[in-house]
Amino acid sequence: MAARRAAARAGHHAVVRPLRRAAAARAADLDRLIHDRTRLAIISALAVNEALSFNDLKAATETSDGNLSVHARKLEEAGYLSCSKSFAGRVPRTEFRLAESGRRALQKYLDHMEAIIRNARGKK
Amino acid sequence: MPPVPGLPAESPVALTERATESLDFIRSTMERSASFTALPGRGGMAMGLVGLAAARLSWTQATPRAWLVVWVAAAALAAAIGLVAMWLKARAAGMALWSAAGRRFAQAFIPTLAAGAALTLAAAVEGRESHLPGTWLLLYGAAVIAAASASVRVLTAFGAALMTLGIVALAMPSQWGTLCLGIGFGGLHLLFGFIVARKYGG
Repeated sequence: MAARRAAARAGHHAVVRPLRRAAAARAADLDRLIHDRTRLAIISALAVNEALSFNDLKAATETSDGNLSVHARKLEEAGYLSCSKSFAGRVPRTEFRLAESGRRALQKYLDHMEAIIRNARGKK
Repeated sequence: MPPVPGLPAESPVALTERATESLDFIRSTMERSASFTALPGRGGMAMGLVGLAAARLSWTQATPRAWLVVWVAAAALAAAIGLVAMWLKARAAGMALWSAAGRRFAQAFIPTLAAGAALTLAAAVEGRESHLPGTWLLLYGAAVIAAASASVRVLTAFGAALMTLGIVALAMPSQWGTLCLGIGFGGLHLLFGFIVARKYGG
């Protein structure tokens, strides 16, 4: 009985492990920088707008001031977006724009997600 | 192979679910934050031509009622042109007119216009047409400024210019009303229609 159970377990692992390995390999190819939900929201919102102010981007991504600042800084450092600061009268204004590399990264991420779904459908 | 944070690499099923979730998330974020860009620049210019023609035609009308009929007919024609031009531009861009951005635009734009229509009806019933040019320009300007929050920024300047003209129309003798309408619904539509057509693809 125990031997049969062990054999069944070994058979199950022989099938599942390669699938898991393939999934892990696909996952590792992901752009981790934009895989984060807040950063993905920032990139997605900027992809459909020429430029967004800090407040508009905060509303679009439904996040806090501090969270937006931290994640936008990371994307800016990676060259995925540009940030310009100016004054409207005496009020400071921060404006974000998606850089070409950010647009390419989003496109690559979308392709990646679609490929994962296509692969899964192909295996069914 | 290190796992990607937030994505369970062990399970291919979970990976597929997460991919679907990610695509839904991107789609909903884009819909929520997209501006309504199906604003028809060339359609706006055509509306401007209607405004100029209405100003010319209404100038020579003998009675306030006939003057009002000209402007109401012009408004109906301009609205039809605007709607068709918007639909054509959205179709050419492969976007849905009734998207989340389109709905936000309509929600901001329509209530003030509806208020204008109600005030026009009340003024027509009471025979008080003299304040209508200022009222129309102010309300149309307010509707345009409200809609700018869901659309392109240049609309804010357009709305502000219309409201300024509305104040001028109310402050000046009533004969100035038609002139202000011609400048606002005619000239400003032509000018801002041209800007939208140049900057936002037609």
